[in-house]
Amino acid sequence: MSQTLVKPPAKINTVQAINLAIADAMEADENVIVFGEDVADLEGGGIVKVTQGLSTRFGGNRVRSTPISEMGFVGAAVGASLVGLRPVVEVMLMNFTAVCMDQITNHAAKLRFMSGGQTHVPLVIRTMTGAGFGTGGQHSDFLEAWFCHTPGIKVVAPSNPADAYGLMRAAIADEDPVIFIEHLPTYWVAGPAPAPGHFVPLGKAAIVQEGRDVTLIGYSRSVHDIRAAAVNLEKSGISCEVIDLRTISPLDMPTILASVAKTGRAVVVHEAVRSFGAGAEISARLHEQLWTKLKAPVQRVASKDCPVPFSKPLETGFLYSVDDIEIAVRTTLANA
Amino acid sequence: MPASQRVLVEIYRKMALIKHNDDRFISMIKAGRLTMPYYSARGQECIPAAISVLLTDRDYITTIYRGVHDMLAKGVPPKLLWAELAGRATGTCKGKGGPMHITHPESGCMVTTGIVGASMPIACGLGLAAQVRGEDRVVIANFGDGASNIGAFHESLNLAAVWKLPVIFVCQNNLFAEHTTLANGTAVQDISVRAAGYGIPGVTVDGNDPRAVYDAAQEAIRRARAGDGPSLLEAKTFRFNGHVFGDAGEYIPKDQYAAAVANDPYPRFRDALIAEDVATSAELDEIDALIETEINEAVTFAMDSPFPELSELGIDIYAPVGQA
Ligand SMILES: Cc1ncc(C[n+]2csc(CCOP(=O)(O)OP(=O)(O)O)c2C)c(N)n1
Repeated sequence: MSQTLVKPPAKINTVQAINLAIADAMEADENVIVFGEDVADLEGGGIVKVTQGLSTRFGGNRVRSTPISEMGFVGAAVGASLVGLRPVVEVMLMNFTAVCMDQITNHAAKLRFMSGGQTHVPLVIRTMTGAGFGTGGQHSDFLEAWFCHTPGIKVVAPSNPADAYGLMRAAIADEDPVIFIEHLPTYWVAGPAPAPGHFVPLGKAAIVQEGRDVTLIGYSRSVHDIRAAAVNLEKSGISCEVIDLRTISPLDMPTILASVAKTGRAVVVHEAVRSFGAGAEISARLHEQLWTKLKAPVQRVASKDCPVPFSKPLETGFLYSVDDIEIAVRTTLANA
Repeated sequence: MPASQRVLVEIYRKMALIKHNDDRFISMIKAGRLTMPYYSARGQECIPAAISVLLTDRDYITTIYRGVHDMLAKGVPPKLLWAELAGRATGTCKGKGGPMHITHPESGCMVTTGIVGASMPIACGLGLAAQVRGEDRVVIANFGDGASNIGAFHESLNLAAVWKLPVIFVCQNNLFAEHTTLANGTAVQDISVRAAGYGIPGVTVDGNDPRAVYDAAQEAIRRARAGDGPSLLEAKTFRFNGHVFGDAGEYIPKDQYAAAVANDPYPRFRDALIAEDVATSAELDEIDALIETEINEAVTFAMDSPFPELSELGIDIYAPVGQA
């Protein structure tokens, strides 16, 4: 038996985790191809270097930088997936999905259904977003609700490097189109490294902290803020259960319902604007399905209903704060 | 190589198949037996008929809501097409797609879209898959003149050119986009000149002349198979039945319509084959009769088929659990 010479690092960040996941998937399946703007090494391996090294390792046939043509190359990814390739394409920033929405919602999402199951679209669209860096109204939005509102698409948003690896592996292996949301401001936060080949099943939430009094539900960035709020609340004797959805659509209702049935209270937290968001959907389902077990109305904590502003105080004011989460929790308890 | 006599007769057979099916679709809609939005391609049958004889089952096409002619030419079985248009469970797509969304991978019909222009990026992806895997396949991307004004067209030509994809962009220029004339909606008279902006060959041919379409398509397909990249082929033609069934076509100038009818590709080609001794009128009649029988069978099959079960509403949205 040969010895393992290189000890894998104990901690990695999300950029490294996603890079590793794509590389491992490409190694395992030659149908996996990668394209997007500037993703090849000649162009720097991606503006955040998530795809660095892939074109050198797997060649220009499978890893290609594209022209600035989101409609063109996302549509090409749809076409390639119809005949069995597994494209992992990068739409640099989530706001840019607006210029290829037709390919995503009218085609990727619907071709399995409209073809009566004859074709399907095993496609991963990676995209990053998040306010906090002063990128303003067209480079920072969380737009997951657009996609969650379209049957046929799965929407994934990891909060840590190990989940990012495992969810990416599962997304690439999945037979349906997946929108994979990467949170820009926490890209470089290190976390425990995943085991090689670690898969996190799509549609399965994680209970990252058990508690008695209230269930806090989030995904992506908000999981970090929820955990910070939970630590503060603990000091006042309030015990929080924390759910990281990981997959936003389809929702893991069994996990959510079991937790809220136990605590009787829920707060949903997301960076996306408040109205018509994922929080509204989760809240509605809890009221519909758990009415008699709820001890208080479900609360939503989200960003203000306005475009993401530039000026630092405005940007901070636009985003919810950890305080807002604590206030929402205390509101559910006050109703007791 | 010019089309052989055998190929010319095969092109005629496909044109007749398209024309007779179209006639029957319209009579069935008029009789109230079919209810669907129908975008007749009567008048455009020569284009896919002459191109498809150059393709194999391995080659792909993408088409649009006005695409029944493209599908029949590529080999979608009429009875499956009829059943789909009648919304039956036995249709190509179990009745879940309908006239604007036919898919039939067995014959290479990979996508039909109701979104103007959207099938062109998808055609690029089909070509990309063939290129990545080193497979000998070409893609015919069909679209209308109006679609050459939407962004997807331009992004696709550029992407296909940059990556040298084996895609032939076939613009079936019927001179109208809904009710808007070519001149009022398109800045150029010939769509083919747009190819120059992407550094690829662009040619315009008489889309009612099977030999002209065949020759131009042959060169474009040769280029694509040789790895030399995409081409833009514009076939000028006309649609006789307006934009969609029920469109009375008041916006079409009377003399333009009369001139188009005088240039109807179906009788024109039939007469030419007889005049040039390629086939006798009796031989062509025999072809027509076989097609009539096939259509009768297709209509019976479709109308006797059941509608889909309501449970289909919950199927084919995601992969069946356990498969993903
Ligand atoms: C993106 C989009 N815009 C508008 C429409 C409505 N529409 C359907 S067909 C059509 C005209 C298209 O004309 P052309 O591309 O020349 O094709 P033709 O119908 O003449 O075959 C329009 C505007 C649509 N289906 N999709």
